[in-house]
Amino acid sequence: MSYEIPMGPYHPGLEEPYKLDMICEGETVKDAKLHIGFNFRGIEHLAETRNYIQVIALMERVCGICSFIHTLTLCQAMEKLTGLTPPPRAQYIRVIMGELERLHSHVLWAGIAAKLMGFKTMFMTCFEIREKVMDVLQEISGNRVNYAMNRIGGVNRDIEDPQLVLAMVEALEKEMTRTIIPIFTTSKTATSRCAGVGVLTTEKARSLGVVGPVARASGIGQDLRKEAPYAAYGEMDFTVPVVPDGDVRARLLVRALEIMESCKILRQALSKMPPGEIAPPGDGSKFSFVTGTAMARVEAPRGEVMYSVSWKEGARMPSRVHVRTPTYVNMPAVRFMVQGARLADTPLIQAAVDPCYSCTDR
Amino acid sequence: MRLWDRLMCYCRKRSPWLFHLNSGSCNGCDIEIVAALAPRYDAEQLGVRIEGSPRHADILCVTGPVTKNAVCAIKTVYGQVCGPKAVVAIGSCPATTNVFIDSRTLDGPLGKHIPVDVFVPGCPPRPDAIIEGVAKAAEILAQRGSKPIEPVLTDEPANAEVQA
Repeated sequence: MSYEIPMGPYHPGLEEPYKLDMICEGETVKDAKLHIGFNFRGIEHLAETRNYIQVIALMERVCGICSFIHTLTLCQAMEKLTGLTPPPRAQYIRVIMGELERLHSHVLWAGIAAKLMGFKTMFMTCFEIREKVMDVLQEISGNRVNYAMNRIGGVNRDIEDPQLVLAMVEALEKEMTRTIIPIFTTSKTATSRCAGVGVLTTEKARSLGVVGPVARASGIGQDLRKEAPYAAYGEMDFTVPVVPDGDVRARLLVRALEIMESCKILRQALSKMPPGEIAPPGDGSKFSFVTGTAMARVEAPRGEVMYSVSWKEGARMPSRVHVRTPTYVNMPAVRFMVQGARLADTPLIQAAVDPCYSCTDR
Repeated sequence: MRLWDRLMCYCRKRSPWLFHLNSGSCNGCDIEIVAALAPRYDAEQLGVRIEGSPRHADILCVTGPVTKNAVCAIKTVYGQVCGPKAVVAIGSCPATTNVFIDSRTLDGPLGKHIPVDVFVPGCPPRPDAIIEGVAKAAEILAQRGSKPIEPVLTDEPANAEVQA
């Protein structure tokens, strides 16, 4: 006889409110139903009532973890409509901020995953390491979460001291190779909870169209930074880690390897950063838009973010801003990951996708 | 005040257990709460712990601008926290609805639905500010514990299931 166990919307295993109804037979999960919409703030509608300066501040609050990525994508779409091109130094600063954000997001995810495994020591270690990244972000932008770095045609703040970032990259790489990667890959506490759990096969991943680390952990090597380079990613030399297993351990490995690649990109970007302006001349308060729709895609820590911005000539406010976030694409895959899994593994399986419901609901 | 009551007040002040409620927040304040518990800021030195169930908690930490879908849950969870209790509104969203003001899918600010004791402003507030807010709420909790507990009235029955 099967019965239904609700998980959420307010559950200690979930970071954000959403509801997962699991149909179980004994301890085994047969199927799952997902309910979202608890975070629906109507941001896309609000964006139509904000002018081109205010809309950047609004879109920064779509998500508190990838706030830079959201404004970057929006600004790239708005730059297509205004015809502005950011100066080279601004492009490099965008790469550096994007990679710093990827670092803190992946380390945060590792901490949350460790907490759900019941590995509290690792959770504390991850968060201690994450504070190193947060210190650098605060030093550059003045804020820990909403950085307010992007503007149309450039960035707001310069990176004056590259040594500060380089020192953090050194320390982080050392911690990763010395502590985090060995413990997550060899410790019995971690491997017994991760290996072979929540498998998503390559065929299934392809048919569901998953993106980001979830796709790369299922053997699909897709990354917008390589395939459609934006900002200064075209000039960077890095590899896209792909693991074919498709289980929670593979997702952990992919994110750990991505942290190492991000460190590599940061080193290159900091050494190659050209001197010059960071924004177009002027006070940045007057822009003229052409009529049309522009689209921008960016690789966020969780996968591909797409913005589609429509504008009418002479208007101060957009006529439509549409956002597609990675979690919206990845979450249907959870249904197939939990089928056949043990009930106690479901919080970890859903967390392995790194869901972000504030992005998805908006 | 009897000796027993004085002891209880002291204990409440030294071990405020939190329940974290996300009412449509952008995650910014939520990670800062987790960061406040991590080694750098170490809120556990004040006896602060995040609890999984509102029935075990003393302080309700609410983040987010209160979406219409979350109102029912907020009232239910507030009813489930045993008295004496305190509410901390973390971030500018529960205080004023912040940048989301005028949104038709919000029913904020938080003060409309449940009484709030401490506001921690900021978008998001720093972990130090969150710890200070919780410490203030713990003081309020200790004072409240010395008086008889007044019955709490909510629209929803305390055990109403939260529906999607």
